Amino acid sequence: MSKPVSALDGATYQGFAKVEELGLRGMITIRGDLKSAGMKKAASTAIGLDVPGQREVNMTGENALAWMSPDELLALVPYEEVGDKIAAIDKALKGKHYLAVNVSDARAIFRVTGGGAREVIAKLSPVDMSSDAFPAGQIRRTRMAQVPAAFWVDEEGGIIIICFRSVAEYVFNLLKGAAENGSQVGYLS
Amino acid sequence: MLILTCPCCGVTGEETEFHAGGEAHIKRFGPGTSDEDFHGYMFAKENAKGVHFERWRHNNGCGKWFHAARCTTTLEVFGTYSAQTYEPPKDIKDKISAKRPGWSWREFA
Repeated sequence: MSKPVSALDGATYQGFAKVEELGLRGMITIRGDLKSAGMKKAASTAIGLDVPGQREVNMTGENALAWMSPDELLALVPYEEVGDKIAAIDKALKGKHYLAVNVSDARAIFRVTGGGAREVIAKLSPVDMSSDAFPAGQIRRTRMAQVPAAFWVDEEGGIIIICFRSVAEYVFNLLKGAAENGSQVGYLS
Repeated sequence: MLILTCPCCGVTGEETEFHAGGEAHIKRFGPGTSDEDFHGYMFAKENAKGVHFERWRHNNGCGKWFHAARCTTTLEVFGTYSAQTYEPPKDIKDKISAKRPGWSWREFA
């Protein structure tokens, strides 16, 4: 068995905000009727978090449950636990119409921290990043320059970014450029 | 630049987050139909100047299709609505009537 590695192997960059790739993280795409009680129960029991409302994300430590679309959730769990979590969902939803797939190795995850974190994202995405418009606990799927990405603000004010693994280096370079010292705009801080 | 609100996820975003999907409410004529019907379905578009209905996809977001009613001359967006419908909902039509009295688009008015 080969050793799994993340796209950028934990690369970091320190500008006026810190950019780091968070390494390996287990990710499960869960699709189905999110309004059904069975679906909600299966997802929340397996991940240990409540099912979030529209455009919300619930998180604790390495675990998170994010609302991706009216019929899709993304679960974040420690990398090693993915198999067990999917097995738990499969067991709870046996016979139902649903989908739970391990997408851990198809994604990359970054975190931007520091006072200018919101500004870094604001330079790259067409999203109002002021804390009034985009408070912690909300998830936003959008684009970063030319690629799709999703992000949310965590409890400590850091911003977690998820993108496809194939564009991990592109996104890291974007974040690096946007966080470069001397390029502060100062509008959001 | 258009500012659209996706009716599926509620995000209000600008044009680059979405992808235009062409004219709305087109009836498809597939295999087994007459050449004339297929030609109409394929090529005869409204291409309106003024009130227009389009399909859009929130491709850099929730990924869902929806409909948008807008004005092609002023780029004003009258509203967006579900993709699962054969015609614009009444509230959208009323909004357009308030702003563009006497409008018509194909069989809708």
